[in-house]
Amino acid sequence: MASASSFSATKFAQPLPLNGTTSRSHDKHQSFFDPLRTTPSSSSFLGSTRKLRLSSASKLKLLANPNRRSAVVAVSDVVKEKKAKSTTNLLITKEEGLVVYEDMILGRAFEDMCAQMYYRGKMFGFVHLYNGQEAVSTGFIKLLKREDSVVSTYRDHVHALSKGVPARAVMSELFGKTTGCCRGQGGSMHMFSKEHNLIGGFAFIGEGIPVATGAAFSSKYRREVLKEVDCDHVTLAFFGDGTCNNGQFFECLNMAALWKLPIVFVVENNLWAIGMSHMRATSDPEIWKKGPAFGMPGVHVDGMDVLKVREVAKEAIGRARRGEGPTLVECETYRFRGHSLADPDELRDPAEKAHYAARDPITALKKYMIENSLASEAELKAIEKKIDEVVEDAVEFADESPHPSRSQLLENVFADPKGFGIGPDGRYRCEDPKFTQGTAHV
Amino acid sequence: MTVRDALNSALDEEMSADPKVFLMGEEVGEYQGAYKISKGLLDKYGPERVLDTPITEAGFTGIGVGAAYHGLKPVIEFMTFNFSMQAIDHIINSAAKSNYMSAGQMSVPIVFRGPNGAAAGVGAQHSHCYASWYASCPGLKVLAPYSSEDARGLLKAAIRDPDPVVFLENELLYGETFPVSAEVLDSSFCVPIGKAKIEREGKDVTITAFSKMVGYALKAAEILAKEGISAEVINLRSIRPLDRDTINASVRKTNRLVTVEEGFPQHGVGAEICASVVEESFGYLDAPVERIAGADVPMPYAANLERLAVPQVEDIVRAAKRACYRSVPMAAAA
Repeated sequence: MASASSFSATKFAQPLPLNGTTSRSHDKHQSFFDPLRTTPSSSSFLGSTRKLRLSSASKLKLLANPNRRSAVVAVSDVVKEKKAKSTTNLLITKEEGLVVYEDMILGRAFEDMCAQMYYRGKMFGFVHLYNGQEAVSTGFIKLLKREDSVVSTYRDHVHALSKGVPARAVMSELFGKTTGCCRGQGGSMHMFSKEHNLIGGFAFIGEGIPVATGAAFSSKYRREVLKEVDCDHVTLAFFGDGTCNNGQFFECLNMAALWKLPIVFVVENNLWAIGMSHMRATSDPEIWKKGPAFGMPGVHVDGMDVLKVREVAKEAIGRARRGEGPTLVECETYRFRGHSLADPDELRDPAEKAHYAARDPITALKKYMIENSLASEAELKAIEKKIDEVVEDAVEFADESPHPSRSQLLENVFADPKGFGIGPDGRYRCEDPKFTQGTAHV
Repeated sequence: MTVRDALNSALDEEMSADPKVFLMGEEVGEYQGAYKISKGLLDKYGPERVLDTPITEAGFTGIGVGAAYHGLKPVIEFMTFNFSMQAIDHIINSAAKSNYMSAGQMSVPIVFRGPNGAAAGVGAQHSHCYASWYASCPGLKVLAPYSSEDARGLLKAAIRDPDPVVFLENELLYGETFPVSAEVLDSSFCVPIGKAKIEREGKDVTITAFSKMVGYALKAAEILAKEGISAEVINLRSIRPLDRDTINASVRKTNRLVTVEEGFPQHGVGAEICASVVEESFGYLDAPVERIAGADVPMPYAANLERLAVPQVEDIVRAAKRACYRSVPMAAAA
């Protein structure tokens, strides 16, 4: 582990070491750090907590065993191991590959269509597109069960699609139609689907992280307090590099590790927070290193390679599901478009964009599948054609769907609208059939 | 029964009745609560349901909201509501707006509670009333108990409610004792959200107040009674939803209104009540509405200045007399 702790920051002294042909990836360094091997097992540290509760006993046991290996290992190790074991030498089966490919194509085609629709005035406000980052959403979310939760940011369309929210419902939401997944009340940055356990797009930096941590807390609570013994639901929190300088990130890394919550913190490090370069904003740009600082594994992975993302995701999700606690995963990725469709995107170097465009995660997967005879060109074309139809259908559906009715304006402010008050006759105002017909007093 | 015991017993009973209810905050467990509201709960319910958190308002408030999304019923204690400023994003953006943004898919049954407003001698940053702030936000219900009956009934209602509730207590009331009926002590006791209580009936002037100011208004009413003025005192209990009907019915009877609050005057609770009465009962008013509020300054530390900065009983008495056209000497602060 000396390699990780003695890792020199001087490598990042130059403002942008990314424009060349070398990847930003730190592959040559061991990108995994096991906190349990290096945390000093100082019992005096815990000494003053006379009645230390929670899982103090097990914690001490872990600290006492310096050789315990965590379930998550370095990406390169996983990949190597897999290669050695597997008779086919492949990282993915044909069936899995096709599912992954389809999901990534859906994400890309959907977002491209959003851009078109935005410029045609069909959607409005802030629209943040996901192009380029598909390997992260697909690589992680496709491994989840329906009961697992996803918490996203303002860049949430593709997370919603990966989690299974139909393209029609997402597109309709973007069109502000009543058939949208939130009946047009949420919008681009606020996708929710209770059915799919997509619990929000959160528009503010850092806001989703505590909420996701709370969702993970509820899994643990259900298992331990409500005695739902088979509740092993995992929560994924997606956020970007800019968020990793926000206090809520640190607050929640601490509490998630402290309480061993079933959560994976997935950093989509696309290098840019609107126009603020990650290198210019962050004292130590290696985000994954912050995991070990809080007592959880930190993993760095090439976020332009969906197969590598999947391997890391499998380990991290499995670890959470087994009750072994959180993991911080830094996915090195890139957005192919501006921050939002309103962003002129003038600060990013064209050479940098070209470098990452050449590493398009969809092209890479396609190449891998064809080279390894997992799929034929024709099969992949068929998927692309099918997705084009899905997206076209979503647009048609959204376009034809009705706008929300006037009466919808005042609905859903409260789960219990008795909150709107009790009338002089002792009846709740919301029981008045005319209640939603005008601007009611609240 | 003290207000502290009322809150403690309400928490205890609701935790006992529903295993989904849990308490989270700073010093709520081993320390038994910074103001001892959660005394004994850790021993009774264990550290899984009475969670001591690190000093991370944004973090633990958001965690509570996320847990509520999945159907748990968190009670989040702020050591004081002044600290809720560190977490206001989660109260407003993550809690209050989610049910609407998700078109009713994500209800957020959570209670944010703790002492609000001026304590004594703690200076500007620890002496702020947030009633009008939270009450201006759709999606939140805002409650402010005065007596032990209020504290028990409203906290139980808040915990059982499926929406986010901001529950504003007052540190100086925690130790006060109020008589309670057997009904109030029953574990099924609950006070409806959105309904004000007429604490004292009267016919000459209406005084609205909430939290600690209800006590001041009642004292003022006693003084006024000796001088032949019959004041009706309304304990708002619920700041949002605001019981406009009770307020307006009272004003239509007395034709005069004095609003009392500790918070700042501009865009305050009194301003909202005034607007409601002007809109609904303008023709019934026989005198301009009198608005008693905290001075429009950050809370000073010096005891004499602090006293001048918050409404006093005599301010209420003077305002009521003015409303009733009794001549009174000019007030310095009111």
